[in-house]
Amino acid sequence: MSIVIGKQALVTAAPGSAAQTRFEKNRATREPVWVKRIILGLGLTFFTIFLLMPLLAVFVEALRKGLDVYWQALRDPDAIAAIKLTLLTAVIAVPLNLVFGIAAAWSIAKFDFRGKQLLITLIDLPFSVSPVIVGLMYVLVFGASGWFGSWLIENDIKIIFAVPGIVLATIFVTFPFIARELIPLMQAQGREEEEAAVVLGARGWQVFWYVTLPNIKWGLLYGVILCNARAMGEFGAVSVVSGHIRGLTNTMPLHVEILYNEYQFAAAFAVASLLAILAVFTLVIKSWVEYRTHKLGH
Amino acid sequence: MAKSRSYSVLPGFGLSLGYTLVYLGLIVLIPMAAVFIKTAELSWDQFWNVVSSPRVVASYKLSFGASLLAAAINAVFGMLLAWALVRYSFPGKKIIDALIDLPFALPTAVAGIALTALYAPNGWLGQYLEPLGIKVAFAPLGVLVALVFIGLPFVVRTVQPILEDLETELEEAAASLGANRWQTFWYVVFPILLPALLTGFALAFARAVGEYGSVIFIAGNIPMVSEITPLMIITRLEQYDYNGATAIAVVMLVFSFVLLLAINGLQAWTARRTGRTL
Amino acid sequence: MRFSVIPKTLAAALSSTLLIASAHSQTLLNVSYDVSRELYKDINPAFASHMRQQHQQTVSVNQSHGGSSRQAMAVAAGLEADIVTMNQSPDIDMLVSNGLVDSNWREQFPHQATPYTTTSVFLVRKGNPKNIRDWDDLTRAGLTVIVPNPKTSGNGRYTYVAAWGYALEKTGSDAGAEQFVRALLGNVPVLDGGGRGATTTFTQRGVGDVLVTFENEAILIAQELGSAGFDIVYPSVSVDAAAPAAIVKKVTERRGTTALARQYLDFLFTTEGQQIIAKHNFRPRNEDVLAENANRFPPVATFTVEEKLGGWEAVNKRHFVEGALFDQIMVNR
Repeated sequence: MSIVIGKQALVTAAPGSAAQTRFEKNRATREPVWVKRIILGLGLTFFTIFLLMPLLAVFVEALRKGLDVYWQALRDPDAIAAIKLTLLTAVIAVPLNLVFGIAAAWSIAKFDFRGKQLLITLIDLPFSVSPVIVGLMYVLVFGASGWFGSWLIENDIKIIFAVPGIVLATIFVTFPFIARELIPLMQAQGREEEEAAVVLGARGWQVFWYVTLPNIKWGLLYGVILCNARAMGEFGAVSVVSGHIRGLTNTMPLHVEILYNEYQFAAAFAVASLLAILAVFTLVIKSWVEYRTHKLGH
Repeated sequence: MAKSRSYSVLPGFGLSLGYTLVYLGLIVLIPMAAVFIKTAELSWDQFWNVVSSPRVVASYKLSFGASLLAAAINAVFGMLLAWALVRYSFPGKKIIDALIDLPFALPTAVAGIALTALYAPNGWLGQYLEPLGIKVAFAPLGVLVALVFIGLPFVVRTVQPILEDLETELEEAAASLGANRWQTFWYVVFPILLPALLTGFALAFARAVGEYGSVIFIAGNIPMVSEITPLMIITRLEQYDYNGATAIAVVMLVFSFVLLLAINGLQAWTARRTGRTL
Repeated sequence: MRFSVIPKTLAAALSSTLLIASAHSQTLLNVSYDVSRELYKDINPAFASHMRQQHQQTVSVNQSHGGSSRQAMAVAAGLEADIVTMNQSPDIDMLVSNGLVDSNWREQFPHQATPYTTTSVFLVRKGNPKNIRDWDDLTRAGLTVIVPNPKTSGNGRYTYVAAWGYALEKTGSDAGAEQFVRALLGNVPVLDGGGRGATTTFTQRGVGDVLVTFENEAILIAQELGSAGFDIVYPSVSVDAAAPAAIVKKVTERRGTTALARQYLDFLFTTEGQQIIAKHNFRPRNEDVLAENANRFPPVATFTVEEKLGGWEAVNKRHFVEGALFDQIMVNR
């Protein structure tokens, strides 16, 4: 393979990871400069208009009244309660969906059975169920006049308009994320490696732990990050089952809505920006893990 | 569901599938059954009257039409972005990579408010579009903008890992056999990406159909023009019309389910055609 | 303290009886509509200190806000409200039909159990450039009018009813009223889900020549967002939008809070309560308090839904249920 370095001039300082240099130094995996410029230009313009500008709008609005108002908004007891509730919800919902995602992907990618397409579609379904309907569903099941309503009241168990309902709605909404991230990945990888491991005498968990997991770890991490981000940001479904009790059953997105409706625009966007920062923070962790693994690998 | 399967040496089929089905049943299927059972309280005529009223039909057209278009836009630009993020190095790349997930993390209501602020006639972007006669906020175009926003991560994040795992040997082989870059992409790389791309498309579409929080702020919500189907459900709920609400919900559920099934079937077919095991 | 809020919520979720039975301090939950949030934020601590001083009792009141009908629905579905304070009576009547509220709830407190009232007014841009004086002006061709969606917002429903009542008086016929309302709705470019959404569209997005909303909202906007510049215009006649309140008997009896809930609602009618109400731009029932604030509440001719349109039940059936007049007008406008 001939490596042409001379034409790399366009790619400036930014120390690309090994992967990019691998692609861009290799003539076989490199596009002509003008194609690259068009792809970058289109991609980045799109990114700017649809993602960056809304994000900037959030931060500009959040800081419009100055840093003091920003900090005040985050230190408000109701805001702190909302942040805690949101974190609690994510801490319960994400691991449950993680276990499910791995189980579903393992059965779907590593085995053949009838009805597989149906199963995949059913797993996707929560994406397409309007958050509004999700809330409605849980009201129909756990509401006062719902299936378990009178039994729950008799035993004084609260599901909806309390934390369990919020967690349930969040689990539903984030249900497919990890499974959907893993299924195509594990399908693309095939099952030869695992089969070889079994033939060589590895046991079930060993196969998963030493063969499958290293292959899927990035996909898994992406899935967890997406699931977590969405779990913290869910609004519609949680809104229906939360009851909106100040300081008790308001999550961060609901708290944002409350502040916005009280004309405290700066404070509303301050809490919203915190959600955005949390999302970016998880991505930083991802990059750090990636970097560590890379370093240990060599 | 799972009755016949070819023999496999791999362990854990019963456990993993069993767990999958139980969890799916508890979290998704039983609550969803409640929607169908509630709808069954309506007679067929009542049901049909609810789901075929002109306003509701107009909302289907907008919701499903805008969702398909948004998913298509995301498929194209999402793949470009994924490609740029995996293959090129450019300043600010890490940050952009991190920000792709933003639409998930930002509460949909916040996204709606931010987008409306941008595209309103007095907004950062709206003030330049308005003189050109392009009305985004409070018009059907605004619905499209919001749906593109919320769907983008789906495509990028499904295509990205596949691109990252792609061995360069394939492209090298193609190049050494005399294929130009476009041919290599079209005949070698794209078929490998296609299943993931379709998955991303399907997810973006499915998510867009049900979206409520962000759209409601930017749409304008004028009957027959800019009302989305989830709003039709909400309006019925607020009049204590549970049956009417669930009837529309059932139509949405069935329609999305059929579309998802078709797209997943297509995806399985492309995967098989490109010689990947399934 | 709020630090322990999550464990507390969990505990409450598991065994709320234990908490309530054991404690001397009692809690109430007031489930209310959207724009009353600032009011009850002030009422609740005032009520707590009132109870501490007069009855040596420790009380804390939680509050929950959202669209009036949506909130009523949540209560019907099991949200444990001790008190509901809504902006229209059908939302409480719905709870009567579910057995949660006594059917004679109107008779349990003064003024048909409405501690305050407000009315629909116009908010226009500074200096009233479009010279909007009365309902007639809202039907002028080329004018844009912002109202919340009457299907999802009590505020919007009152606006619709106010316009209908005005036109009914003016034209003397239902057909005339329908034509008038059709022309008005033809000028509406955006239907926001709730009152606050409509306010934002009008004030922050700069859409529309006039916003029709409750008086308390209009005054609040003029105060809070005054820098941008808005004027309030009082139409010649408008609707009396009295806000009803009731005890959710079924819940309070189970929780043992019936007496406390009654004290809470009684408190709204005391001079102290009425003063707080007036401070938040709602028209108090107490004549003295109203007189003290006369400069903020100019006299306005109002009619009630009962007088002019035969009550909410009839109005909803004729105008707002699926496929009724409002839908017909919007579909063929």
